[in-house]
Amino acid sequence: MLKLAHVWWLAAIILGAAAFFDARHRRWANATFWAIMTVVFAGGDAILAAHQAGNRLPTQIVGAAVVVLALIAGTGIMPRASTANVDAATSQAARLGHRLFGPALLIPAVTALVYIVAKYVPPLGPLLVETKQASLVALAVGCSVALVAATMITRSAPTQALRESSRLLDALSWAVVLPMLLAALGAVFAATGVGDAVASLVGMIIPTDSRVACLVAYALGMIVFTVIMGNAFAAFPVMAGGIGLPLLVKQHGADPAVIGSLGMLTGYCGTLLTPMAANFNIVPAVLLELKSQYGVIREQWPTAIVLAFVNTVLMYFLAFR
Amino acid sequence: MNYWPLIGVAVVVAGFLARLNPMLVVVAAGFASGVAAGLSIPDLLALVGESFVSNRMPMLVILTLPVIGLLERAGLREHAHRWILGLRGMNVFRLLTTYLGLRQLLAMFGLTTVCGHAQTVRPLIAPMAEAAAEKTRAALDAPTRERTRAMAAATDNVGLFFGEDVFLAFGAVLLIQGFLAKSGIVLEPLHIALWALPTAIAAFAIHAVRLARFQGRLAAARETNDA
Repeated sequence: MLKLAHVWWLAAIILGAAAFFDARHRRWANATFWAIMTVVFAGGDAILAAHQAGNRLPTQIVGAAVVVLALIAGTGIMPRASTANVDAATSQAARLGHRLFGPALLIPAVTALVYIVAKYVPPLGPLLVETKQASLVALAVGCSVALVAATMITRSAPTQALRESSRLLDALSWAVVLPMLLAALGAVFAATGVGDAVASLVGMIIPTDSRVACLVAYALGMIVFTVIMGNAFAAFPVMAGGIGLPLLVKQHGADPAVIGSLGMLTGYCGTLLTPMAANFNIVPAVLLELKSQYGVIREQWPTAIVLAFVNTVLMYFLAFR
Repeated sequence: MNYWPLIGVAVVVAGFLARLNPMLVVVAAGFASGVAAGLSIPDLLALVGESFVSNRMPMLVILTLPVIGLLERAGLREHAHRWILGLRGMNVFRLLTTYLGLRQLLAMFGLTTVCGHAQTVRPLIAPMAEAAAEKTRAALDAPTRERTRAMAAATDNVGLFFGEDVFLAFGAVLLIQGFLAKSGIVLEPLHIALWALPTAIAAFAIHAVRLARFQGRLAAARETNDA
């Protein structure tokens, strides 16, 4: 059976290859950076198991390693490689034509197929795939199948594929790790009571007997807090616990399903606005070689603002039917 | 109530405004909040380490890099570009609106990892969008070319965010259900997910209008250039 553990191993191989190629080219900062990430991915489950068993030393070492990662990224000793365009020497576009689309489309096709089998074909699916994490396992299978197809079509060695992934990793650089770090920050904020402090501040400001004021505060709070945390999941318990449930549902009689669903979606509008949501806003700016890190946010903020407004109006009419 | 941990939020805001490296800003913010809340350094390191390892999921985009790198080296982006250039009647509006709808529908069925910035936007959708823009305006200047690529990424985000919440087993739906259940309000996931439909439709309409205006500006700029 394919499990999430295998997926971590696959990622560790890709990261390890980057560390190896960087070390060979004497790019020591990059090599250290990817070596740390390789250990985190390969040893992650063991580290978490030790932590649960009461041995905190491995997680403390990871915590210290995170500081090292930030220092490597922040001191600028980790130059970002350019994602060099294809040169004529390696291009086989004329010869291969549409066959090049094959492996690229195999990723979504196989991912979808494995996911559907795992979820909806009862006897077979759970035998093949750990169903709880089916979408990630499916993605890993899709990428592996597509990789085999790609090496066959382009007649390249598998090592060439790892060379290419290392090149892309050095181009993405620390931006690809930022989402993990932001999640860690979210945990620190939660553990130190930042959310409760924000909720209590908001509670002091709004006039609670006006349901419009409460609704607007809830919607704005979801957006602002999501912008700060980079994640609507982190904002939801704070805002729903601080305003949504006590004021809107209990005091003003709003429909809890609407408050929950539309509140979360209003938070998503905030996700479109913030560099803290690095995997959606910063990583693609690097992947697409945009001059400004904020290029993607600049294209999506009008959609986010208009939609947030529409959402708040929808919430008002649907929650107080 | 101890308000001092809010100092971490201030560090984040100040750091981003000062355009410092985000990795440094985030770590500094974590330590500021942790120390302000009275956590000891060993406790704080363990907390950071544990949550860093527990949140490996978003990095799994790297699984696509070997395939995508290999195909790009063999000329995938070049080919995608040339193919769109040869299609009659193709433009940025039609291409990206189709992608938006497709992305939303796939996400509604839980197929969120099928598309993405690494899987589909960089190797396929972005070069296709650039080619589609070139069909409207042959001499595409560099800023417009960048904006077209950025719009492709923005379209992917909008499609994903406002499709996935309609899916029953999606994390957000389960989070909402779990939160409400803890507070004594028991609801079916379906009941929560269905309320995401109006927003999904509104998101499609709003973003499609913006894509149409983007297309309109491309066409208008061509006319002024020709005159």
